Amino acid sequence: MKDQITQVTLKNGMKVRLKEIHAAPIISSWVWYKVGSKDEPTGRTGVSHWTEHMQFKGTKKFPANVLDKAISREGGRWNASTSHDSTRYYETMPADKIDLALRLESDRMQNSIYNEKEVNSERTVIISEREGHENEPMFRLTEAVQQTAFLVHPYHHEIIGDMADLHTITRDDLYNHYRTYYVPNNAVLAIAGDFNTKAMLKRIRELFEPIPKGKTPPRLVRPEPEQKGEVRLTLEGPGETTFIQVAYRFPNATHPDYFPLQVLDSLMGGASGLSYKTSRLYRSLIDREYAVDVSGWSEATIDPFLYRVTITNHPRRKPEETIQALDAEISKLQDQLVPASEIKRAVKQARAVFAYGSENITNQAFWMGYVEMFSSYDWFTTYLDKLAKVTPKDVQRVAREYLQPRSRVIGTYIPKGTEA
Amino acid sequence: MAKRSDKLTSLSLPGPEDIHREVLPNGIVVLARSNFNSPSISLGGFLPAGAIFESDPKLGLSDFVSASLMRGTQKHTFDSMFNELESVGASLGFDSGVHNVSFGGRALVEDLPLLLSLLSESLRTPTFPNDEIEKLRAQLLTGLALRAQDTSDMAAMAFDEMLFEGHPYSRPGDGYVHTIQSITRKDMENFHRLHFGPGGMVLAIVGAIEPKKAVEAVNRVLGGWQVPGQVGPCELPPHKPLKKTVKRHHALAGKSQSDLVIGMFGPRRRDPEYLPASLGNSVLGQFGMMGRIGEVVREKSGLAYYASSNLSAGTGPGSWEINAGVNPKNLDKTIDLIEKELRRFIKSGVTREELEDSQANYIGRLPLSLESNGGVANALLNIERYGLGLDYYQRYAGMVRAVTRGDVLETARKYIDPDRLVISTAGP
Repeated sequence: MKDQITQVTLKNGMKVRLKEIHAAPIISSWVWYKVGSKDEPTGRTGVSHWTEHMQFKGTKKFPANVLDKAISREGGRWNASTSHDSTRYYETMPADKIDLALRLESDRMQNSIYNEKEVNSERTVIISEREGHENEPMFRLTEAVQQTAFLVHPYHHEIIGDMADLHTITRDDLYNHYRTYYVPNNAVLAIAGDFNTKAMLKRIRELFEPIPKGKTPPRLVRPEPEQKGEVRLTLEGPGETTFIQVAYRFPNATHPDYFPLQVLDSLMGGASGLSYKTSRLYRSLIDREYAVDVSGWSEATIDPFLYRVTITNHPRRKPEETIQALDAEISKLQDQLVPASEIKRAVKQARAVFAYGSENITNQAFWMGYVEMFSSYDWFTTYLDKLAKVTPKDVQRVAREYLQPRSRVIGTYIPKGTEA
Repeated sequence: MAKRSDKLTSLSLPGPEDIHREVLPNGIVVLARSNFNSPSISLGGFLPAGAIFESDPKLGLSDFVSASLMRGTQKHTFDSMFNELESVGASLGFDSGVHNVSFGGRALVEDLPLLLSLLSESLRTPTFPNDEIEKLRAQLLTGLALRAQDTSDMAAMAFDEMLFEGHPYSRPGDGYVHTIQSITRKDMENFHRLHFGPGGMVLAIVGAIEPKKAVEAVNRVLGGWQVPGQVGPCELPPHKPLKKTVKRHHALAGKSQSDLVIGMFGPRRRDPEYLPASLGNSVLGQFGMMGRIGEVVREKSGLAYYASSNLSAGTGPGSWEINAGVNPKNLDKTIDLIEKELRRFIKSGVTREELEDSQANYIGRLPLSLESNGGVANALLNIERYGLGLDYYQRYAGMVRAVTRGDVLETARKYIDPDRLVISTAGP
């Protein structure tokens, strides 16, 4: 990869990442804060996500509806999201309008209002967001599996938070969270698109450098003890369809085993963003009619997280039969070396996915910020090379080490018909 | 900061100078545009073989056929076809809509010939193997079981049934359990024989290839396709006007949230009222944080995570709907708030500032929607589907600016009558 980016740290500790792309008259700007649901103690679960919502409620300079209008008027696209490890805000704008996004982000890094009335109105919005999720069996199953997999580590709870906490979190909880974590030395600004780096950097310094450095925010550290034995759970609910989720423990994104595990994930469930009809799980579960849908999912995280295989069970199969078929497929990966050609294929797929991603400026700015949450830009630029170095023996070794029943959680959603 | 003149920006929008359009001798329309910034291509297209051609007892047939096209052809099994595609990180898929079956794919540019050859095979020589059809049938039936449990799907389906009563648009494209169960292989072969052909087919390619070369590549694999007897486009019957407000609640036990669709008819995409309706809709329930509807339902009342209005305009009569997900106990309150907003909307229309905001938004966001090859391919297909003209995106800003407050109000009054609404809800 020939990705050249400019990396600067401002005097107040804020990291800046810039990449000029002149393919279209567009610029995408992202501000990332190193705080997410992993930093939330019991009683304040969901506070990161709720804070993210409050950041759209305005500052003195940009009151809520002015903020909205200002971006939308210029044809910009903006949004925010919260993950386990980070909270991020972006604006993708016509190139000549990006200054508005920069002024807005520098302002709301320190001047958001957090009005009590707005907090309470947003409380019901977020409760409604959660109720919408709860309509989905898959959300309930994923939540239950995660709660079971993490008894100590705060990856225990869903990003949106537990309903109990959504009822009790106060304005001060939100404001304290904001003041503690939204400091320049805890932020990364990543901008990609049609600009001149020197001019852009000058403007960034004008807008962001005067923001005073804050105390280095603490990150909540509660390591999950080793799981010693498989745990199974069942949930019940309306419907006719059985869902199964099998969660294995995967290491964090900077662990040396992360890359062979990415190859393993790709062999099992297909390359992310492509069809997966020749993947091992499709052939063994869907083609043989154990399942009507299956997907594998892992995430690049700061602390060890999960690899989840999610299955929509075939109506004619018992969940136990499907789990056995999955186990048989996993045993193959543990017992037999995969052909080197299959790894080569996974690398070519990843290369194509990278090429598609490079069409999109928003996506490129996203990656520059995202990797900073757990590593550095090198992680991104060397990704394909690291995949290409993975050998059949590596894949076998990680399949043996990580895909063990003793460290997995299996959740099953049992449908109770339409009268539940 | 970037210094871009308006002229430069408008030149980067697709137009007659850089869109290559050619009609192959068999009638296939090919559109192509280059983008050498990434070594990939996107491909998209459609042909008139949608659900409109199905009989009531076989609802879902077009969907079933389009899902089967890649399940086996004269040259490839399902697995060998996807093996070729996935080995090079390419993708290809078919989908069925009311009027058309559409397709889309992408690949690294060196794999375009492969992508086109598999597209051609799937369209021309599918074999509908029995075992694959049965696997698919089980998947489609599971899809219907999930739909039956989805508050948003069920509210939307009942909305279409009420609004378009007696019209083909009232029918769900994925059919019902009994219709999917009744579809035979023979039905699929017949449907394919009658409706799949080059007549009415449009294909767009955007990416790292000279447009002329793209057309040649299409011509090589699809130029020889002839289907004598291919059934032509279908005339749409008129739809019945709404005489009064109709309401239906679909009960779904065990759900935490209800979904709500309130709406009425909207213009067709080609109608002159389309743009005024679209800008009016933006003010009503899109602009900023979901427009006026978002403001009263979400921001002021905190009743919903989402509440927006949406205009769905295509070949035939469109729909104009307000969608929201709310706690079941707030359903009536939300409906009241939305009705009030509709009354206000047709009484006094939009303010000058609101209209200008949305106009600026429409013009400013255009380059963003054309950022990726897939986005440009869609834009080219829309030009062809609705006869917009190759210079449409270059004329767009002028057309948007020309819409007046009077145009918006007149259009709103033509389509919206708060005493004649369809109100569909699903939840506990």
